[in-house]
Amino acid sequence: MFKHQDYGVKTNLLAARVRKHIVDMTHLGGSSHVGSGLSIADILSVLYGEIMMIDPKNPSHKDRDRFILSKGHAGACVYATLSELGFFDKEMLKGHYQNGSTLSGHVSHKGVPGVEFSTGSLGHGLSVAAGMAKAAKLKNEEHKIFAVLSDGECDEGSNWEAILFSSHHKLNNLVAIIDYNKIQSLDSTENTLALEPFADKFVAFGWNVLEVDGHNHDDLKKCFKNAVNEANKPTVLICHTTKGKGVSFMENSVLWHYRSPQGDEYNLAKKELQEKIDYLEEQYNA
Amino acid sequence: MRDAFIEQLTYLAEKDPKIILLTGDLGYGVLTNFAERFPDQYINVGVAEQNMSGLACGLALEGYKVYTYSIANFTTLRCLEQIRNDICYHNANVTLVSVGAGFSYGQLGVSHFATEDLAILRALPNMSVIAPSDPWEAQILINQMDKIEGPKYLRIDKGDGGSPVSPDDVILGEGRVIMDGSDITLISIGAILSESLKAAKLLLDNGINARVISLNSLKPIDKDIIFKAAKETAGIICIEEHVKIGGLTGAVAEILTTESIFPGFLKSISLPDEYPTIVGDQDFLRNYYGLCAENIVNNAKSLLKKY
Repeated sequence: MFKHQDYGVKTNLLAARVRKHIVDMTHLGGSSHVGSGLSIADILSVLYGEIMMIDPKNPSHKDRDRFILSKGHAGACVYATLSELGFFDKEMLKGHYQNGSTLSGHVSHKGVPGVEFSTGSLGHGLSVAAGMAKAAKLKNEEHKIFAVLSDGECDEGSNWEAILFSSHHKLNNLVAIIDYNKIQSLDSTENTLALEPFADKFVAFGWNVLEVDGHNHDDLKKCFKNAVNEANKPTVLICHTTKGKGVSFMENSVLWHYRSPQGDEYNLAKKELQEKIDYLEEQYNA
Repeated sequence: MRDAFIEQLTYLAEKDPKIILLTGDLGYGVLTNFAERFPDQYINVGVAEQNMSGLACGLALEGYKVYTYSIANFTTLRCLEQIRNDICYHNANVTLVSVGAGFSYGQLGVSHFATEDLAILRALPNMSVIAPSDPWEAQILINQMDKIEGPKYLRIDKGDGGSPVSPDDVILGEGRVIMDGSDITLISIGAILSESLKAAKLLLDNGINARVISLNSLKPIDKDIIFKAAKETAGIICIEEHVKIGGLTGAVAEILTTESIFPGFLKSISLPDEYPTIVGDQDFLRNYYGLCAENIVNNAKSLLKKY
């Protein structure tokens, strides 16, 4: 059980590599949701690279922190992160979306070391995370439970059942992370089903609420460190993010919820991301 | 049968701290004793069955044996996708307990009629579907279910099947021959067995020896007892407090036809493909829809004449 040795402070390099994998995977698979994956690459890189207790050689170690991607459509980001950290060979990523592969478009645990829980239909993950958090409380176990939700996912009523439950049961070992990029499947969140005042809703439901730039690694790290064990309350981290972050022409666009990068678009995205990786590698080697 | 369930779960929970009972804010007067005795093994999660099912899955994946409790369709259809994606796909050790099989809550209206549950839950991979006929049988089955890992559905009836107590004959997934006979077979699941037994006795008065089989489980299903009935008697009547589509009749028809075993006849005494618009107590609604001894007898006689 350890915090990852290869990354630590270099979580932005992890995020850059993860982003490149996401673009490669959605290109090879001809698959959707590239923007959704890019949106949470920094959050996952900080969590897996520095915050969570994990063991890639023993993915089911009982003391591990639990991570659930409730917005299962961004599964490519989880697969990419896990492979970068050595849970499985990076070659396996090429199977994403392919016939006979276990790397489904929506994240699945079957046959993929390190995936805690399978999702795909929105509004499921937080209840399961709350069940795991309650179990840890009952057993006096120290590990934490992190669940990443999308903003559009908060339209699902089941989340609010879980939000009520988690504060009522004082699950301060539970951290919900909202990827608040403000774009859902067809339109903006405010045009679709307004979430604002969003933070106030969680406050009213009895949660500890933190708001952060979901792409600023230093701020994310500070928040995560403050998030756990807040006295008698679960914590929600509302991460202000940019859908498609890291590829200039994909940013803040509904189109890239669905479109798969091909041809010149793929080459351009790859170039941008590789330049970022090269830059960061040079920085860290310097 | 509801009291038998909680009595048995109390017995099991005493020995096994891994048992946790979640209720969706129902069970007034039923769960009180359990809640007081095992405060760490009981959570009233509120009126929130989707969350209850997800919580159950999370707790189960962390090593608990979880029971979710509510009435009618609230532990099943209300949260069906959580049952499918979370509990079944992850093969979580969760038992869904629904009190109020069929028309048990007959006066409460259509929302409270659990009449499609067997078909729907049976279709889910990894799910076992269990419906005891009598309170005493329920207790034995609950003991046996507790030893089996994975998702299970327990259908609790208000009625009582009236089968004589014979604990050694109860094996989860195996049917019981309650009355032997070689002329015709009556197969039922759950407490509607009472009508099947009444019918068999009336048939006997008419010189017809009916074999009465009670299944305690639709999944797994006892194929052998059904194959034997198809071969040894003139035909089969399935009796179920459930719609005809996909329940007992559907399961029996599937296994017979896919094994190319064809009984002389296969009749379904079940509910039609429609929603009731009237209410009444369980006996009234059973009679209204022909789920009664008289209708079974009439069908048996005419089928035996015809085939």
